[in-house]
This record gives sequence, structure tokens and C-alpha cells, in this order.
Amino acid sequence: MREPLLETLELTRRFGGLAAVKSVSIAFAPGEVHAVIGPNGAGKTTLINLLSGDLPPTSGRILFKGQEIAGRPAHSISHLGIGRSYQKTNIFLNFTTRQNCWLAAQSRLPTSFRFFSPAHRRQDVAARADKALALTGLEARAGRLAKEMSHGEQRQLEIAMMLATEPELLLLDEPMAGMGAEESERTVELIRKLAADHTVVLIEHDMDAVFKLADRLTVMVNGEVLETGTPESIRTSPAVREAYLGEEEALS
Amino acid sequence: MITLPNARTIAVLLLVLAALASVPFLGDSFYLKLATRVIVLAIFAMSLELLIGYTGLVSFGHAAYFGLAAYGLQLLSPEYDAANLLVALPASMALAALVALAVGALVVRTRGIYFIMVTLAFAQMLFYLVRDSAWFGGSDGAFIYVKPVLRIGETVLFSLDDRTGFYFFCLCCLVFTYVLLVVILRSPFGQVIMGIKENEHRMQALGYNTYRYKLASFVIAGTFAGLAGFLFAAIDGFVSPELLGWHQSGNAILMILLGGSGTLFGSLFGAIAFVGMEDIFKERAIFGPLADHWQILMGVFVIAAVLLLRRGIAGWLVTWTGRRSPSLQERDDA
Ligand SMILES: Nc1ncnc2c1ncn2[C@@H]1O[C@H](COP(=O)(O)OP(=O)(O)OP(=O)(O)O)[C@@H](O)[C@H]1O
Ligand SMILES: [Mg+2]
Repeated sequence: MREPLLETLELTRRFGGLAAVKSVSIAFAPGEVHAVIGPNGAGKTTLINLLSGDLPPTSGRILFKGQEIAGRPAHSISHLGIGRSYQKTNIFLNFTTRQNCWLAAQSRLPTSFRFFSPAHRRQDVAARADKALALTGLEARAGRLAKEMSHGEQRQLEIAMMLATEPELLLLDEPMAGMGAEESERTVELIRKLAADHTVVLIEHDMDAVFKLADRLTVMVNGEVLETGTPESIRTSPAVREAYLGEEEALS
Repeated sequence: MITLPNARTIAVLLLVLAALASVPFLGDSFYLKLATRVIVLAIFAMSLELLIGYTGLVSFGHAAYFGLAAYGLQLLSPEYDAANLLVALPASMALAALVALAVGALVVRTRGIYFIMVTLAFAQMLFYLVRDSAWFGGSDGAFIYVKPVLRIGETVLFSLDDRTGFYFFCLCCLVFTYVLLVVILRSPFGQVIMGIKENEHRMQALGYNTYRYKLASFVIAGTFAGLAGFLFAAIDGFVSPELLGWHQSGNAILMILLGGSGTLFGSLFGAIAFVGMEDIFKERAIFGPLADHWQILMGVFVIAAVLLLRRGIAGWLVTWTGRRSPSLQERDDA
């Protein structure tokens, strides 16, 4: 395998007595779609929170391009080119769709400590915001307040905001959660398209989507990595079958 | 995010401005002074609205910066001579800004109810410092015997002793504050603080170091509170520790509630309503012995106003003058 873009070494996060992520070591290769799957409560979201800086780890290391980033604040990790979307929709509900993307796009200005020039004159920001809207098919909803949109559209917006920050590594936490079949299908297509020039960490319960997209899979159970491998090897792994996939009968 | 007032609201605002500008021509010095107070307190409330309404920081200690700048003028005024506006005003505002920077650096780390309590605690600390140290003139307050003047070299261009001139100076400061804050809110910085108010967590995930932006907003608000405090001290030529006290902070919050949070100009209406009603409630001829307890009447009035108008006078005005104008990013030609 090539030099990983992102790598965790013995990464651990405890909540009181509970180790939500326990000694997790995973290497994410550049250009790959690496899916992390596992039953509810396996620690997938916690892992993403550690990678994105939303939470500091209890112990262990996170290397991005060989550089230690564990414990850095979220805003600083975002500027390294790591973008994330949230499982629980986390948007600006009282702003329009476009304003949501605008704020995301504006974060790439060298600084927002500009007090006197009108924000809306920034063509570069507008272009980034519009591109994200176009990619996610939300252009027609640009003027809508985020809170007035359907759940599926809000999920799209969640992704659009991440894209407007122009990250090179995407951390997607259940992007399809709560989407209708048609929207899910579109999102799979979008992720496939993004995978061409992004590295993707994908958490998803929808096994069809996972096996359509993933180059590599990691199975987590109870905060620990059960197995990492190619989709084929995971599909046929007896341990995985027993611990996780078997119950769901997703792959019979 | 920021919505510019629509044409009809602007028309109403210009009418109010014209009405305010005509107060000196009534020739009644009592009303002129009352109107001066309204304008100065409107600046104060507007500066707080930047924090409460646009950054989501409910400060309960905003009077500290108001009061410190008022003392700034007192300390910079020679006993038998006039302070120069060109020096005393920026210096007093800088004092407010510096203290806001120091306090803000600590309090802006806290959230919600803790932020309210910590801002109050710091303001009370400053209040006691001013009250108990001889340097500031103690609990009885201190006088500014000669009002500041605008002096270039040896030439006095303008004195705040001139009631009418002072009044128009305050009015200009109000318009200046309003315009500057609107400009700031429409800037990239303004977008960021409004985003922080709406969802700070997501702002951090998007790459904003929200601490710095909140601190900057806190300092800007403190600086404009300082402008208001400086002018307030010049109204009566008297400062007292109460200017830094929690009553004063609370009054600004009440003005914002009355005026309606979410618009800057609401602060002006809030100040008009607050000062106007205070003056009426203190009238013994109308309220008899209750007039001595005008705060109770004011409390009832504010509760009634908030229940009836919900979004304050400005909210009502905006609804009454028609729907909101398109917001910032839809009006590229604004
Ligand atoms: N902030 C927190 N405080 C305390 N416990 C937490 C916290 N966040 C997560 N946990 C616990 O850590 C464990 C892992 O949670 P996590 O959300 O990472 O799981 P997940 O794999 O994302 O599950 P799901 O598939 O349901 O999203 C759970 O037992 C959860 O209750
Ligand atoms: Mg999860």
C-alpha cells in the first residue's frame, strides 16, 4: 500500500468508563474510498470526531500526511484540507441554503477579519458556494431557509457545506441516513464522482451503497477494529459475518 | 443573515431622525437634555445589540465599558480647563476597548448562562474597583467642571458646553455608529459572527477560530459602549460608579428587548421608549407615590411590551412596513 494520507495509531477515546474507540489503528490510503462499518454504538462517529478535531483523543496518534494532528482544534484541522459531514444534521437552520454554503466557502479566505468590504462582492466565495450547490443539486433551493427544506435536502446541504470548504479528505458520517431511495442513489453517484479526486472515509449503514463505493473496508465492533480488508475479503470473512453482517442478512 | 431595512422602514427611520433633529428647535432645555440621553443610550444599546443580537453573546456587564469611558473623560479633564475631544474621546474609547479585550479574552471562552454570569462578575468587580478607589473619586462620583472642546492648536472649534451643538454631535455619533455597524455586519467578519450566533459548533468545523471572532466582536461592542459612556458623562458633567453597575447593564438589555433584538435600529426605538416611559413613570402627578417605585412600573411595562410585541418595536415596524427585503446575498447590487 502507498504511504497513507491519514493514519491512526492506537487511537483511544474514553467517555468515563466507556472506551468508545479502543486502540484503533487504521491507514487510509490516498485516493481510496475507505468505508468504516459496524453496528450501532460501535464508535464510528466517535472515530470521525477524533479525526476532525471535534473531540480530543484520550490517547494515541493521528497522522495526516505524516504530521501529528491529534488534539488539534477542529478549525485548524479543517484548514489542513479535512472536511466532514455530520450524521446528525448540523447546519444553519435560519439561514438560506446558499448562505449556509457561503459561510462554508468564506472559510477559505485567508482571513475573515475584514470589516469594511461587503462580503457579497467576493466572487471567489460565491463561485465556491455555487459549485457546491450545483454538485449536490441544490441550486433550485438556494434561496430557501434551511429549516424549511425536507430532511433529505438538509442531508444534501450537509454535504454541500463540507464541499464548499474544498477539502481533499472527506469524512462522511452516514451521508445517506434518512434519505429516500432516489436521493440515496443520487448521493452514491455524487460520492463516486467525488472519489475521483478526493480521499473518502465513509461511514454508512446502507450495505448496498458501501459495497458499491468502497475500495477498502474496516469493520468496528465495540470500539475496536475487527477487521480491515477489501470488500471481497470482508464479505467472506467468517468473523465479520458472525459479529455483524450475519445479523443484518445484508449479504446473503 | 443581515437584512437591510426596506424602503418604507428607511422612510420611517428618516422621519424619526428628522423628528430628533428638530428637538433643539422646541427651545425647551429639559426636552433637549432628555433627547440627548435617548440618543446616547441608543448608542449604548446598539453596541450591546452587536453582541446579543448578532453574535449570540448575552453580556450582562456591558455597562463596565460605558462607565469606564465616562470616567476616562473625567480623568482626562483638567480641573479648571476643558479636555480636548480629539484626545479625550479616542483615549476614553481606547480605555474601554482595552479593558474589553482583557475581560473578553477570558469571558468569551464561556457559553450561555456562564457567559452571562461571568460578564456580570467582571463588571461588578470593575464597579467596586471604581467605587472603592480614591483615584476615581469614590462612591459619591466626580465632576467634570469644564465640558470638553474640539480644539486644534489654540483654536477652539466647538464646545460640548453648547447644548444644541452637543446634541447634534451626539446625533452624528448615533448615525455614525449605526452606519459603521451595518457596514461591519455586511462584511466577511459580520457574516462570521452571525454564523457563530446561529451555530458555533458548525462554524468551528468549517474552519473558523470562533474564539477570535467573538473576542473581536466583544471589543468592538465595548468600544462603542465607550463612545456612549463618554458622551453620557458630558451630558451632566458628572460621573458615578453606578454608570458601571448592573442596573445600567440591565437597562441596556431592557432597551434591546423593547426595541426588538435582531435589528440595529431597534435599539433607538428601545431607548426612546425606555427613557420616555421612565420620565412618565417618575411623574408624581400621574402615578402618585408609585412614582417613587418607577422601576416596578417599568418592569410591568417591559413585560407587557414583550408579550404584546414579541419582537419589539422594530419587529412590529418591520412587519408593518411589509415583508423583509431580500437578504444580503440575494441583493448583489445593494
Ligand atoms: N459525547 C459522548 N459522551 C458519552 N458517551 C458517548 C459520547 N459519544 C458517544 N458516546 C458513546 O460511545 C459509544 C459509541 O458511540 P458512537 O456514536 O461513536 O457510535 P456509532 O458507531 O457512530 O453508532 P451509530 O451507528 O448509532 O451512529 C456509544 O456507546 C455512545 O453512547
Ligand atoms: Mg454514528
